Amino acid sequence: MALTTAHQSAGAEANSATSGRPARKPRESGRLRRQEGRAGYVFLSPWLLGLMAITAFPMLFSLYLSFTNYDVLASWDQVEWVGLDNYQRMFTEDPSYWHAVRVTLTYALIAVPLKLAAALGVALLLNRERRGVGLFRSLFYLPSLLGGSVALALVWRAMFSGDGAFNDLLSLFGIEGAPWVNDPTWALETLMVLAVWQFGAPMVIFLAGLKQVPTDLYEAAAVDGAGKFRQFWNITLPMLSPVIFFNLVLETINGFQGFTSAFVISNGTGGPVYSTLLYTLHIYNEGFTEFRMGYASALSWVFLIAIGLITVVFFSTGRFWVHYSDGEN
Amino acid sequence: MAVQAATVTGRGSSGALRGVVRIVILVAILGFVLYPLLWMLGSSLKSPTEVASNLSVLPTEPTWANYPDGWSYIDGISFGRFFLNSTVIALATVVANAVSCLVAAFAFARLHFRGRKVWFAIMIATLLLPSHVLIIPQYVMFNYFGWVDTPLPLIVPRLLATEAFFVFLMVQFMRGIPRELDHAAKIDGCSPYGVFRYVILPLSRPALVTTAIFSFIWTWNDFFTQLVYLPSPTSYTVPIGLRLFIDSTGQTSLGPMFAMSALSLLPVFLFFLAFQRLLVQGINTSGLKG
Repeated sequence: MALTTAHQSAGAEANSATSGRPARKPRESGRLRRQEGRAGYVFLSPWLLGLMAITAFPMLFSLYLSFTNYDVLASWDQVEWVGLDNYQRMFTEDPSYWHAVRVTLTYALIAVPLKLAAALGVALLLNRERRGVGLFRSLFYLPSLLGGSVALALVWRAMFSGDGAFNDLLSLFGIEGAPWVNDPTWALETLMVLAVWQFGAPMVIFLAGLKQVPTDLYEAAAVDGAGKFRQFWNITLPMLSPVIFFNLVLETINGFQGFTSAFVISNGTGGPVYSTLLYTLHIYNEGFTEFRMGYASALSWVFLIAIGLITVVFFSTGRFWVHYSDGEN
Repeated sequence: MAVQAATVTGRGSSGALRGVVRIVILVAILGFVLYPLLWMLGSSLKSPTEVASNLSVLPTEPTWANYPDGWSYIDGISFGRFFLNSTVIALATVVANAVSCLVAAFAFARLHFRGRKVWFAIMIATLLLPSHVLIIPQYVMFNYFGWVDTPLPLIVPRLLATEAFFVFLMVQFMRGIPRELDHAAKIDGCSPYGVFRYVILPLSRPALVTTAIFSFIWTWNDFFTQLVYLPSPTSYTVPIGLRLFIDSTGQTSLGPMFAMSALSLLPVFLFFLAFQRLLVQGINTSGLKG
């Protein structure tokens, strides 16, 4: 589900940085300005309330819970402060924890680059096409709308089961398949295929980015004798780097938040043998199956810090390879 | 002239060959993209003996039997109930998101007040906040209110513009509305509320439609929050109901499972057919133009 969430965030920061307050007309009286200031907070009030009650308070509350042994079944006076026990348990005693970290990193590090490569490749092919682009683009985009659903995860489970359609296909070539979703070596790979299958959303964004590349750059390069590959390497990639960066940030963050497919394919267990135990699934199981909500809160906070660090790393390394053409002209 | 024509046709024929190769590759990728969906549809029409492991998309003897079987697959509760629950939650979310995000976006995009930039930066930061991080404390809170097993935990947060993506989308849209219109309305004596009512609201229709469509589709497909907040079968939504097919791995239930899966995707697919252009634009809205 979260796949398409927050598509624009990277652009947002660029935008908010550049949009200055327009010059105010001196004629406007102080009374009007005060009226507008009050109206601003009136219009903002639902969002502010949401920020406080639905986001900020729960975050602090979960930080507190992460230092307790809270479970939702016990009454409040049974809650005990346990200090750093939850965190210590996470890193040293929980046998599933490092599996969850490893599975999540593997999933994100492989599925996200593959998905972006597929998206960019298909966008480059489509960008050359004159007719039928709209139809292709829409049909390629369709999986991004449907792919996060339980229905598709069920289809994947059936397709990649031991007696599923994929093994049928392999047997046509005389290959004996595996019980894919029930095989610890392959279960995570089937989830990656499902993620890559949804390459349509980043592809649409790449296509829009490709349209912005000025054609005279290619003409000038062709005159200078640059071949197709050099044109791609020296023009397309640098010109597209802001869009690549944008897609990379979003897809990575979405990749870390995969849940539905792993839950459905493993029936909530993260199995076989931890092979599909994404971090989010571990949080869910600890919190809502084992009712160790204090511990699950600690897991959540480490997750939040990890995602924050990854975002910081992206934005601080971005300036070394993301090329913004406005700055030079 | 003749030389020019010759070079043009020369380029044309090698270009045409490349064009054919390109089309062949694109169609092959399209096959990979569409196969799982067609296979699901085809399998939903297959008889129990055929369905288990069958590569083919077309059923040999099509039967509708899987649909009524799947509809009443779960004892005592039909899928009609799940569809009703999903529809209520999705429609309420659509309205809540559209109203609350529009109001917040107006403040961010059009009004000058102290602290606006700080609040805007915080709003952008919440875009990147994973929902899984907040689910535990929110659950504890909503459980304390007695809201678990009602649609309230799924709807009330949306009334408070917590879906920052849509706030952002609408801010970007409103920045494209000429400011002269605001000034003209102010000269005519409009208060900020009047500007909102008579200028921004009518002109924000495309952004509202995009928000409505994405809200509906995401809520319809959402699994995580519904799984957490709706524990009893009468309050199940479609995704949670579909999950019940996993527990029985017998081959006879595969057909009904495909039937209900296909049916569950139908509303999203219809939205896709009706609004595909808007959806594709929605992804591209701004942020990329710089």
